[in-house]
Amino acid sequence: MAKPPRKTPAAKKSPAAKKSAPARKSSTPSKPVAKTTGGLKTPIYKATKAELMDFYEQMLLIRRFEEKAGQLYGLGLIGGFCHLYIGQEAVVTGLQSAIEPGKDSVITGYRDHGHMLACGIDPKIVMAELTGRASGISKGKGGSMHMFSVDHGFYGGHGIVGAQVSLGTGLAFAHKYKEDGGVCLAYFGDGASNQGQVYESFNMAELWQLPVVFVIENNQYAMGTSVNRSSAEDQLYRRGESFRIPGMQVDGMDVLAVRGAVEEALKDVRGGGGPVLMELKTYRYRGHSMSDPAKYRSREEVQNIREKSDPIERLKAMLMKQGVAEDELKILDKKVRKTVADAADFAEESPEPELAELYTDVLVEQY
Amino acid sequence: MAVMNMIEAINSGLDNMMERDDNVVIMGEDVGYFGGVFRATAGLQEKYGKTRCFDSPISECGIIGAAVGMGAYGLRPVPEIQFADYIYPGMDQLISEAARLRYRSAGEFIAPLTVRSPFGGGIFGGQTHSQSPEAMFTHVSGLKTVIPSTPYDAKGLLIAAIEDNDPVLFFEPKRIYNGPFTGYYDKPVEPWSKFDAAQVPEDYYRIELGKANIVREGDEVTVLAYGTMVHVARAVVEEHGINAEVIDLRTLVPLDIETIEASVKKTGRCLIVHEATRTSGFGAELSALVQERCFYHLEAPIERVTGFDTPYPHSLEWAYFPGPVRIGEALEKIVGELKS
Ligand SMILES: Cc1ncc(C[n+]2csc(CCOP(=O)(O)OP(=O)(O)O)c2C)c(N)n1
Ligand SMILES: [Mg+2]
Repeated sequence: MAKPPRKTPAAKKSPAAKKSAPARKSSTPSKPVAKTTGGLKTPIYKATKAELMDFYEQMLLIRRFEEKAGQLYGLGLIGGFCHLYIGQEAVVTGLQSAIEPGKDSVITGYRDHGHMLACGIDPKIVMAELTGRASGISKGKGGSMHMFSVDHGFYGGHGIVGAQVSLGTGLAFAHKYKEDGGVCLAYFGDGASNQGQVYESFNMAELWQLPVVFVIENNQYAMGTSVNRSSAEDQLYRRGESFRIPGMQVDGMDVLAVRGAVEEALKDVRGGGGPVLMELKTYRYRGHSMSDPAKYRSREEVQNIREKSDPIERLKAMLMKQGVAEDELKILDKKVRKTVADAADFAEESPEPELAELYTDVLVEQY
Repeated sequence: MAVMNMIEAINSGLDNMMERDDNVVIMGEDVGYFGGVFRATAGLQEKYGKTRCFDSPISECGIIGAAVGMGAYGLRPVPEIQFADYIYPGMDQLISEAARLRYRSAGEFIAPLTVRSPFGGGIFGGQTHSQSPEAMFTHVSGLKTVIPSTPYDAKGLLIAAIEDNDPVLFFEPKRIYNGPFTGYYDKPVEPWSKFDAAQVPEDYYRIELGKANIVREGDEVTVLAYGTMVHVARAVVEEHGINAEVIDLRTLVPLDIETIEASVKKTGRCLIVHEATRTSGFGAELSALVQERCFYHLEAPIERVTGFDTPYPHSLEWAYFPGPVRIGEALEKIVGELKS
C-alpha cells in the first residue's frame, strides 16, 4: 500500500499546491494558535442587527422544531430513538453562520436535527424522515439519526458514537486533495470524545495538516454519565494537545461567542494551519433520547441553566436592549411556528415508503 | 422463588455472582451510577462499590480489551456493550485477543470474560439499535455465543457463562425483556409475570451451556429458533395448528446438535428462524448440519425464515421483521409438501 503523504496529501492537479501547508511544528511544545485557553476569552462577534435577528430566528426554528418533534413522538408518529437539540442551539447557529455554504462540509452524530436546519435543509423533509415517510430526506429508511444532504454539504447524521470524527477527517482530506478551499466541521459530543478513533483522527489530521475543525459539543453528559465520571482530562479543549492541535474553550450558550471563536479557528484552518479543536460548553435540557428517567441530574440543575444561560433568551434580551420591539420578535415567532407546523403536517400526510424500498440502496446494483 | 422479568433475572444472576466471587467485576457505559440503560445493573454499584461495578467511557475497544487483560490476570469481567450494534469497535479485541489467547498460549492464558449485550429488533431502533450480529461471532473459533429466551434461562445461562473459563458473548433479546413478544405487533405483549418462565430462584443456579430446550413437542416439523424468535415461532405454530416441535437452541456455540438431530429424524422436516440477515447467517450453518446428519430422514427441503439481506430499516420494520406471515407461509409450505 502506498504510504500516506506526510503533511501534504498529494495535490491532484498541481504539485505547487504543496506550498499551502506551512509546517508550523517544531519539536518544542505546541504553541497554541488561536486563543487556546481554559477561560472563555474568545472574541465576541460584533453582529449587525440583521445578523442578530437571523441568529434569533435560526435558534428559534431549531427549538420549535425540536419541541414539535417531541410532541409527534408523544403522539406515536415518531418511533424509536429521537435526540433533541434543545438548549444547544447557539452552538450550531454560531458555527454554521461562519462557514461558506457550497464550499465547506459538516458532519455530526445522531443529535442532528439542528445541524440540518442550520445547513438550510427544508424542515419538511427532515420532519418526514423522523416520521419514517417516503418523502423524508433518507426516504424514511434512515430515521432521526441518519440524514444526509450533499447539496447542503451535510454529510450526516451518524448513529455510532465517534465514527463521524474519522469520516470528517476524510472529508477534510478530500477538501485538501481537491484544493477546493473547503473546511470540514466535524461535530461530536463529550462522550464521543473518549472513543479511540477520535485520537487516531486527531493524529492523522495534524500529521497531514487537514482543514478540519473538530467541534466538541460538551453538554456535560453522555446519556447518564457526566463528563468527570468518564474523562481523565475533563477540560476537553486540551484533548488535542499531545497531537499539537490547538484548542479553544467557548461559551456555547452565547451565539456571539461561538461565532467569534469559530472565525478565529477558521482563519487558522483556512490559512493551512491544520486542524483546530473547539470545545463548546453547552447543555441539553431534555433527556438523552425520548425515554430518559433523568436520575443522573437534578431538576434544579436543569432549571438553573435554563433560567440563567438560555441562548435564545439571552439573545432576545440583547435584541430588546437594542430597541427591537417585542412585537417584531412575536412576528418572527409566529413565522417560525408556521414553518414548523407545516413541516409536521407534511410529515404526517406523506405516505410510508414502498415495500420495494427495503431492497434499494443496499449496493449500487439492485438485487 | 420470585417473579422476575428478564432484566430482573439478569440483575439477580449478576448479583449472585458478585456475591460469590470477588473476581467478578462489571463495567460498561452507564452501568454504574445509572444502573444501565435497560437497568440490568441497577443497584449493583451501591451494593458492591465502585471498584466492582463502574462506568466506563464510550470506548468499546478499550472496554473489551481491558476485560481480556483483567481476565488473563484472574478476574472474571462481565463488560456490558450497551447495544450489540456498538460491539464492532471492540471486534478486534474479541477476535484477535479474547478468542485466541488460550490457543496461542497453549492454555497458559484464558479469557474468562462474558460480554453482555442487548440485541435484536422489533423496537423501532433502525439500523444502529436493532441488529443481530451473532453469526459474526459463531464464525470465530474460540468464542461461545449464548442467547436466552426467558427470565429463568437468562439467569441460569448467565451464571454458567460467567463461570465459564472461555469468552462468552451473551446476547440478550431486548424485545422480550419485559414479556415474550410473539411477532403479532398489533397485540399487546403480556408481561413475563403471567408465565411460568418468570418463576426464578433468587439463589444461584446454572443452566449448562450447550443444552437446547424443547419448548414444544411435536412430530410434523422441527422448528429451530433462539431469542425472540422462539416465542414468535411458537405462536405461529399454534395459530396454524401445526404439530411442530419447537427447539430453543439457547446456545449457538456450543451447539446441542444431538437434540436437533434426534428431533429432525423424528419429524423429517426442519424450519430455521432467525432475525439476522440470511446470507451466512447462523441458519446457514444449522441447515448444513441438519442436511449432513439427517439427509436420509428429510421429507422436504429445509426452510429458513430470516431477516432480509439489507440493513435494518427505520420504517417498514414489520415488513422486515421475519414475523408470523412469513413463518406461517414457510410452515405451510414444508408441511403441505408432504400432505399433497
Ligand atoms: C459506538 C457507540 N457506543 C455507544 C452508543 C450509545 N450511545 C448513544 S449516544 C451515547 C452518549 C453520547 O454522548 P455524547 O457524545 O456526549 O453526545 P450527546 O448525546 O450528549 O449529544 C451513547 C453512549 C453508540 N451509539 N455508539
Ligand atoms: Mg454529551
